[in-house]
Amino acid sequence: MAENKERIGVYVCHCGTNIAGVVDVEEVARWAKENLGDQGVVISKDYKFMCSSLGQDMIQADIQKEGLTRVVVAACSPHLHEKTFRVAAERAGLNPYLTELASIREQVSWVHKDKVVATEKSKAVVAGAVSRVVMHEPLEPIIVPIAEPTLVVGGGIAGIQAALEIANAGHPVYLVEREPSIGGHMAQFDKTFPTLDCSACILTPRMSEAGTHPNITLLTYAEVEQVDGFVGNFDVTIRQKARCVDTDACTGCGICEQKCPKKVIDDVFEVGLGYRKAIYTPFDQAVPKYPVIDRENCTYFEKGTCRVCEKFCPTDAINFEQEDEIIEINVGNIILATGYDLFDARRIPQYGYGRLANVFTSLEFERMTNAAGPTSGDILLRDGKTVPKSVGIIHCVGSRDRNYNNYCSAICCMQSLKFAHLVDERTSATVYNFYIDMRTPAKDYDEFYQRVLDEGTLFVRGKVAEVTDAARISGEEGKLIVQVEDTLAGKQRRIPLDMVILSAALEPRHDAYETAHKFGIACSANGWFTEKHPKLDPVATMTEGIFIAGAATGPKDIPASVSQGSAAAARVLSYIERGELALEPVRAMINQEQCSGCRICNDLCPYNAILFHEDQMVSEINQALCQGCGTCVAACPAGAITGTVFSDKQVFAQIDGLLFLEKSALVPEMA
Amino acid sequence: MTKDFEPLIIGFTCNWCSYRAADMAGTARLKYPPNVRLIRLMCSGRIDPSFILKALAGGADGVLITGCHPGECHYLEQNYKALRRVKLLKRTLAPFGINPDRVKLVWASAAEGVKLAREIGVFVEEIRELGPLNWPARSTPEINPVVEEVEEVAG
Ligand SMILES: Cc1cc2nc3c(=O)[nH]c(=O)nc-3n(C[C@H](O)[C@H](O)[C@H](O)COP(=O)(O)OP(=O)(O)OC[C@H]3O[C@@H](n4cnc5c(N)ncnc54)[C@H](O)[C@@H]3O)c2cc1C
Ligand code: SF4
Ligand code: SF4
Repeated sequence: MAENKERIGVYVCHCGTNIAGVVDVEEVARWAKENLGDQGVVISKDYKFMCSSLGQDMIQADIQKEGLTRVVVAACSPHLHEKTFRVAAERAGLNPYLTELASIREQVSWVHKDKVVATEKSKAVVAGAVSRVVMHEPLEPIIVPIAEPTLVVGGGIAGIQAALEIANAGHPVYLVEREPSIGGHMAQFDKTFPTLDCSACILTPRMSEAGTHPNITLLTYAEVEQVDGFVGNFDVTIRQKARCVDTDACTGCGICEQKCPKKVIDDVFEVGLGYRKAIYTPFDQAVPKYPVIDRENCTYFEKGTCRVCEKFCPTDAINFEQEDEIIEINVGNIILATGYDLFDARRIPQYGYGRLANVFTSLEFERMTNAAGPTSGDILLRDGKTVPKSVGIIHCVGSRDRNYNNYCSAICCMQSLKFAHLVDERTSATVYNFYIDMRTPAKDYDEFYQRVLDEGTLFVRGKVAEVTDAARISGEEGKLIVQVEDTLAGKQRRIPLDMVILSAALEPRHDAYETAHKFGIACSANGWFTEKHPKLDPVATMTEGIFIAGAATGPKDIPASVSQGSAAAARVLSYIERGELALEPVRAMINQEQCSGCRICNDLCPYNAILFHEDQMVSEINQALCQGCGTCVAACPAGAITGTVFSDKQVFAQIDGLLFLEKSALVPEMA
Repeated sequence: MTKDFEPLIIGFTCNWCSYRAADMAGTARLKYPPNVRLIRLMCSGRIDPSFILKALAGGADGVLITGCHPGECHYLEQNYKALRRVKLLKRTLAPFGINPDRVKLVWASAAEGVKLAREIGVFVEEIRELGPLNWPARSTPEINPVVEEVEEVAG
């Protein structure tokens, strides 16, 4: 350990009284100078605020005048100021990676009380940093060029917004949507809270703008199959499912749809409430306007005869022989905006959905209130005729419930209030809201709540135990009875109703985990895509070049989804504008001389960054793909893999340093 | 002897979760015993068994390994690999004469400062119960070569 070619400066920060109040900082600085000379410490100082410009100037001056080759700052967490001191070192001409920040605030002064003990621990932490910094190597950031095109996955409102922002800035975008049309959930709604503007009126112009934008290549009825590469240079394989319609010839006249004899229950757009044909566009304002043939249900594909659509198509656009097409694109960045699925209300049997006809889900009710929906906007019982005289709306179905999802779905209180208003507006029914807590925290939301209160909607605070059709007392016959503990009145109630609506939770897409895996990002325990930082970096992910937006990151309303779409686009645009990106050089590398070709590391890498050269029988790490987790470094039996920033040498040295105090104390004892 | 024994513990943390949990414990001014000294890695998957042996051979009485919860690893699933590795290592500790309970794996997300502080406290007490390790100092002839070997492997 005594190879002291290095000249190390140690700087101990008071952080006002944050550190100095608990740690004897002068003593730590003095001790380091006196005891760590063997490791190369030549200067050791303390100062009120190291991060201030005066503090930084002091370090810079010492680097230049005293010829420091390494710098240790004992202050706050590296997550706060690592960059600050790296930049300071760089300004003084020292490679920024030859610095080390020892956390004696978050890990010492803020969590311990005893001054003596805290001072001793600080010494150990400083000693650890000093031995470690000796092992640091000068590094350069990794520069990668950014390809201009962007891929946006998911054509809901978040994805549409992101695509338009980037396209309007003049850059090419591929927008991939799995359904035959873009629009997402918003296309299914009639009115949107809190303003009650018509959903189609605000969404359709955006959809057609995206559909006709010269910079947007719209790929609907398509899905991403494979993603290779890394930020700036992703190779993406897309499967364009066969529409069986030649889009160059199709004019979107809709005659095929009218003539098609095969009716199919529409489980997706109409959530089972209505029908579509075997050849269909999901809704009137669909973008693009071309229909698709649902080959699973088409009579021709089932039985070999029919081809009615083909006969009637005025432009001969029907093509039964069309096959799936594989499209390969190269993009610099990717935005995932794949949205949410609605909680399956059948999972709560005591609420009767699927068994009791007049229990509806929130999305069913949305379709019912939509003028273009199955009832033309009339609020009717399942028989399609009867107008309900009483309606109950149950909040938190599948949300805030340990058995299903712990989280709050964030939008359903407002959505329930919207429903209450619509029932009030369109029928003379009495409306009940059964809620646990009312959550209306965004702009104009609580005002909307007040408005619905004024409209005479009844609110019962309590979790509904059961919805049943088993009448017990007169007045309950033929009704749905909601059994609930009214926690404000402090009593059990049975409320007979004609219709019950379940405000179901928003859940991660059923295939969210596979999607995350495909794109190399992570999901939270609940299954939502994980942000790089939940507060400070909410649309980036741990994988450079992959961004997330909208309800795919967690339950969100439309304004928040749109904001995230724009935010993700802004992040991508800044990369495109710069043209290249400097990546942190936290990377692993294989010394090919030492590599035995065992391939143990190959399958360990979460980013498939390790490739095997069959000809030379050695493995190699793609520097742009590697994110530096270090798993392969730890696993290589030949010790052929080293990791920059967190190398074996650095960690070993830090362990030695952290235990230095005890070791030096032991020496006389053992002798 | 064990009465005024203060255990010395080396803790490995993951840059994305448990290190941030430690930051959070600090920001929230939670208190935990000062017996633990932390090392930051990028991921618990970086844990090399030799790190643990090196710490124990170098004077630590226990090693705490902390990482993101299963399913929440920032590098997708590397913490599972850490889990496997630590389990294996614990099995090999007994022949070295080391109680496997001196090595402990704890999951702590970036939001779980409280949990991390609590787990540190629990582990310190567990190690206090076990008493000092004194591995290198215990210069019995059977153990010495092992220590040297570890020192060698560990660099
Ligand atoms: C009943 C109900 C009523 C609501 N009412 C309102 C309201 O009035 N006001 C309001 O602000 N919010 C409302 N919301 C919330 C609103 O639905 C969401 O905020 C919004 O739809 C989120 O948009 P998004 O683009 O993130 O996701 P989505 O709308 O879910 O769109 C995601 C898109 O991605 C596509 N997709 C998914 N996976 C893939 C894949 N792997 N490949 C390609 N494409 C894929 C989907 O087909 C879909 O088109 C309501 C929600 C519900 C359930
Ligand atoms: S938003 Fe309201 S109804 Fe929805 S889960 Fe949260 S509290 Fe329940
Ligand atoms: S350090 Fe991690 S990300 Fe990099 S090559 Fe090794 S296993 Fe893959």
